[in-house]
Amino acid sequence: METFWFCVIALLWLGYLFLEGFDFGVGMLLPVLGRSERERRVLINTIGPVWDGNEVWLLVAGGATFAAFPDWYASLFSSVYLPLVLFLLALIGRGVAFEYRGKVDSARWRRTWDAVIVAGSWVAPLGVGLLLATTVFGMPLDAAGDRVGSPFASVRWETLLGAAAVAGYALVHGAVFLSLKTEGEVRERARALALKVAPFALLPLVVLLLTVQLRFGSVWTWAASIVVGLAAFGAYARLVLRREGQAFALMGVAVAATVAALFGALYPNVLPSTLDPAWSLTVAGAASSPYTLTVMTWVAAFGTPAVLVYQGWTYWVFRKRIGTRHIPDVHVPTGSSR
Amino acid sequence: MDVLDLARWQFGITTVYHFLMVPLTIGLSLLVAVMQTAWVRTGNRKYLAMTKFWGKLLLINFAMGVVTGIVQEFQFGMTWSAYSRFVGDVFGAPLAMEGLVAFFVESTFLGLWIFGWDRLPKKVHLACVWAFSLATIASAYFILAANSWMQHPVGVELVDGRPRLTSIWAVLGNNTTLAAFPHTIFGAFAVAGTFLVGIAAWHLWRRGDDGPVWRASVKLGTWVGVAAFTGLAISGDVQGKLMFEQQPMKMAAAEALCHTEQPAAFSVFAIGDVSRPDCENVKSVTVPALLSFLAHNDFTTEVKGIEDLVPMYQEKYGTNYPVDPKLGELSGKPIDYVPNLPVTYWGFRLMIGFGGLAVGAGLLILWLTRGGRTPGGRWFKWLALGSIATPFLANSFGWIFTEMGRQPFVVVPNPSGVDGVWMFTARAVSSSTPGEVLTSLIALTLVYGVLACVEVFLIRRYVRAGVAGVLPARAPDDDTGKRDDTEKRDDDVLSFAY
Repeated sequence: METFWFCVIALLWLGYLFLEGFDFGVGMLLPVLGRSERERRVLINTIGPVWDGNEVWLLVAGGATFAAFPDWYASLFSSVYLPLVLFLLALIGRGVAFEYRGKVDSARWRRTWDAVIVAGSWVAPLGVGLLLATTVFGMPLDAAGDRVGSPFASVRWETLLGAAAVAGYALVHGAVFLSLKTEGEVRERARALALKVAPFALLPLVVLLLTVQLRFGSVWTWAASIVVGLAAFGAYARLVLRREGQAFALMGVAVAATVAALFGALYPNVLPSTLDPAWSLTVAGAASSPYTLTVMTWVAAFGTPAVLVYQGWTYWVFRKRIGTRHIPDVHVPTGSSR
Repeated sequence: MDVLDLARWQFGITTVYHFLMVPLTIGLSLLVAVMQTAWVRTGNRKYLAMTKFWGKLLLINFAMGVVTGIVQEFQFGMTWSAYSRFVGDVFGAPLAMEGLVAFFVESTFLGLWIFGWDRLPKKVHLACVWAFSLATIASAYFILAANSWMQHPVGVELVDGRPRLTSIWAVLGNNTTLAAFPHTIFGAFAVAGTFLVGIAAWHLWRRGDDGPVWRASVKLGTWVGVAAFTGLAISGDVQGKLMFEQQPMKMAAAEALCHTEQPAAFSVFAIGDVSRPDCENVKSVTVPALLSFLAHNDFTTEVKGIEDLVPMYQEKYGTNYPVDPKLGELSGKPIDYVPNLPVTYWGFRLMIGFGGLAVGAGLLILWLTRGGRTPGGRWFKWLALGSIATPFLANSFGWIFTEMGRQPFVVVPNPSGVDGVWMFTARAVSSSTPGEVLTSLIALTLVYGVLACVEVFLIRRYVRAGVAGVLPARAPDDDTGKRDDTEKRDDDVLSFAY
């Protein structure tokens, strides 16, 4: 049962990385691919109807960790305090920016919110990467599960590598998504950019997986890591052939295999202590009671399929490519009425 | 300040701020769903204008509610990790359920509603706003179930010093939840109703072109507000009676009731400092025997005062905090079982007072605008605008009262429940450094402050622009619902885009 919930948490992270991954990428690329105001609006509107639903995957991952592994939730979130605050501020800024940027017709107003979107879209995946890498590589935890050492104990080269890996993935994933969701010049630019930056942007992910492999690897995490490589390579090849849909799906396979490799390497720990292996939080030790896990299983059994169905429907409703010709003129209140 | 104080300030600030958006979202979303239903059924453009106008304000507000809600969920682990470890077996479940069952629905269907105008068949689009609205209410239920468990832990047994969940139905059916939920939902409708009345009355006063839109809004808002206030009074009474049973100290603090009284008088207001030692000498207007009735439905029964309750608490939960370095300066110190009296006493009164002001202003505005009349004086403008703030204040003071009133406990002992399932707030905090929490406290407060200005600025802008800000000018009887429901052609511009 604990192991099952460990897998559920991994799946929730997978959902989050796959879905919000591309909307982070779109935010990162806003000033690069959106050369005019209308183009920037095209980019934002590719994710407009869905980014909020994507973000809920994070909330559910957090809530499910709290319910199923309270010790994991408590130790991780309190130990990585300051980076998490920065991450939350990034999500706050980004979230309101999408909603507010078009509400006033002023270049300065839009420039300000664009800056918030770009900054938030970089900082947030960096934070997610740091958090995930911290979970895998562990923290200096004492016997009570509390952090020993400075507030920046989670900032180490391995975790920074994790941050770069997730951000790099989001960047490429976002570019592939845009080449799938837009038309015209933006689409061409997105595709060209994805092809150009992918080898560099995905490099940290490869290094991260190798590091994890050397440190905690087993046969089947090797297998997962190889799948990541093949899927990424496949995505690249499909994109060259302009099969954007398949490329996007293969990016999904790559992130799924990445999550499998990371969580596979982590198991049976949920948060290793770097001070003493005996103090590591484990799947069995950090889990809630069997009754709570049973309750949660019932909730997940009914909730998850429903979520997948209606979120899938949303993507179907808004499946069309969009381009500058679809963007309506600005209609907002003028400030002068009285 | 130590970590405990900083963490409490942070939780208080972020929660009160978050709860400015939540009730407006809950109440307004349902009213917008009703307006859109009226539009779909009648085809009257007035209702379309209402849906679009109030819907826009709803969206501006919802965005802020979402992002501040994320902080709430993470904060338990970040600043209250000892609490999270202690209650994880039970407290995480309703939070996770909220995410999985309610919040996914909210976010997804709101996206469909915003971008689905003219893209979805009209009835499907209408169903989206209903799904969104009902999910916000479901969200409230799960969050209140979690909060109510902290006020009155049920459905658990104590195993190895930690509560372990034995019945999720007991947690979801906690009588504290069943009392808090209607009270909170009625509070949300009071906010939304007053919001409608205040803004619409201001527009009437300005005498623009859209009189019918604003008259319909005033009417809807007032009746919703009156119904909500009635519901608030009834549910508040039920909740109060329950609270006298479950948290007698909180209610004694609400009244600054020092000595046990029989029959007990209800204090309307006080002049001077209600905190000890002389809280009995400052109450200025009291209603004899009313407190006895509020507590026990009987004008003669005894209501226990603070000085008799303290020894009862001391006997059960100890006189001193344990000696433990994690408790900081409180380690080994006597436990103060009396919540902050000025805060609880005035919080309780301000909650009720501002609630009364809200409904009074609403009724007054409805009467002043009866039969097509529009008062012209400047005072009317200020009445309209001022009324908007009152239910927000009532809600905030209500929460401040309910959360401060349970100190020094974060999990209040259940007098008829499992012994040992309770926790002092001082024990609940993380072992973070004060610097960390101070940094986040400052950062979050600053960002929230800036965002508050932005939200008010945007809402003000859209309010001023009125219907013209949300609907392009067009012939009066255009778009009366006769458009066919087929999907838009591929080269059409989007009917809605950021």
